[in-house]
Amino acid sequence: MEINWSAVLGIVFTPVIAFLVGVTYGGLTRRITARIQNRFGPPFYQNILDIIKLYSKESNINHGVMQHLGPVFAITASVTTLFFIPVIKDSPVFTNFSFNGDLIFLLYIMVFGSLGMALGAGQTGNPNSAIGVSRGLSQLVGYEVPFVMALVAIMVQFQTTSLNDLLAVQDHFTKWIIFQSPFAFLAAILAFLGMMGYAPFDVVIAPAEIASGPPSEFGGKYLGLMLTSRSIFTFAKLVLFTDIFLGGAHDFITLIIKTFILYMIPVLTGIVFPRFRTEQSIRFFWSWPLFFGILAILVVVF
Amino acid sequence: MFNDKEASKIVDIIKNFARKHSLWVVAYGTGCGAIELPPTMTSRYDAERFGIRGSATPRQADVLLITGYLSVKTLKRVIRTYEQMQEPKYVIGFGSCTINGGMYWDSYNTIKALDRYLPVDVYINGCMPRPEAVISGFIKLQQLISEGKADGAKRYRENLEWYRENQRKVIKNWRMPEYNW
Ligand code: SF4
Repeated sequence: MEINWSAVLGIVFTPVIAFLVGVTYGGLTRRITARIQNRFGPPFYQNILDIIKLYSKESNINHGVMQHLGPVFAITASVTTLFFIPVIKDSPVFTNFSFNGDLIFLLYIMVFGSLGMALGAGQTGNPNSAIGVSRGLSQLVGYEVPFVMALVAIMVQFQTTSLNDLLAVQDHFTKWIIFQSPFAFLAAILAFLGMMGYAPFDVVIAPAEIASGPPSEFGGKYLGLMLTSRSIFTFAKLVLFTDIFLGGAHDFITLIIKTFILYMIPVLTGIVFPRFRTEQSIRFFWSWPLFFGILAILVVVF
Repeated sequence: MFNDKEASKIVDIIKNFARKHSLWVVAYGTGCGAIELPPTMTSRYDAERFGIRGSATPRQADVLLITGYLSVKTLKRVIRTYEQMQEPKYVIGFGSCTINGGMYWDSYNTIKALDRYLPVDVYINGCMPRPEAVISGFIKLQQLISEGKADGAKRYRENLEWYRENQRKVIKNWRMPEYNW
């Protein structure tokens, strides 16, 4: 059997790059938030220091097996999601495992992390965790609907479920799907706000309200693992959206620019908004985003 | 290459650097001093530039900030909070009340010296300390961490008997759960 070395290289380096980019974006977010609030703000590598500190904690309490497995599930889901997204267009190294039909697969695997986290948080027995989990799953139902609508519209329009085919369609910037199917983009980007969990949709991790929700009993390495997984997952989602709507990227510079612009949408919305209540948030997702989703499908069908 | 000792030294330097620049605070607002924390965290004094950040629960926290006098009733909760934190953990006593009782020195219901009950790493004196003083206290804690001298958690574990005895002396209805911290 012949070993495809460039693919192996991709598998080794993709999560590392995803982590570094995701964690730096997290630090930059804190910095940007601080500047907007007229503060100086932490350095951009602050989140890396936080994660190193969490990993170097000397005691790590746990309440049972599921609490071990919860963060592990989360990070598995993040890395798996990442592996099925072509990070760099047409590159032999960073295409990873994207096969025909991966959009539907991604829809499934993206939820897995939240479920793993819910199981882990359930074991801790903290009431705040339970509230956080129930809020998280309700909100998941909220934003998944417009997101799936948007993806279905795109799948019908281009008669494919493969990310690689979608990338092949967008060979010139006038053909980016954001221009070809703007309503699908609107629906998806509004769902994206909920996926990223910044305000006003941060009902799950509401520090002042339910003491950070699901991870409230997680300290030390468990929390570190969760933050790592969150960084990787952020990057995975950004790359997915870039691939679907913004024509992917041929090199890392373009990728960074596109994902950063995309990332600033939830961050900047988050800074100026307070928090929704859970039912307000779900109601929001089932109003305008859903409307745009249906509109996108109608435009495609007729 | 490196031998074991040098390698562990390098690891220690990295660890201490990260610990020092990432202090997550659970601010136990017991006394009047808690009112100085919002200005410390917000735009005027902005403690976040030193990596100091509020944390939502004791499990995630590194620093327990005790802002002022402690009544016997709150002391019990503070002990539970402290024991739930993950090591390495630090305690900052904030205001004269934690040092010698301050203006509550003859009160029937407050404790006087905090370090008889919990291992304090840094004291910030003043009644009440201004945000500058709070930040300078944190900088002092950062120095202690980088020198490896902030060993409150270790002291607590080693002298647990002594601390427990003092705690039981003031807390009459000692009904603490047996959890594995
Ligand atoms: S030191 Fe002064 S300001 Fe602080 S709690 Fe005591 S009396 Fe209040």
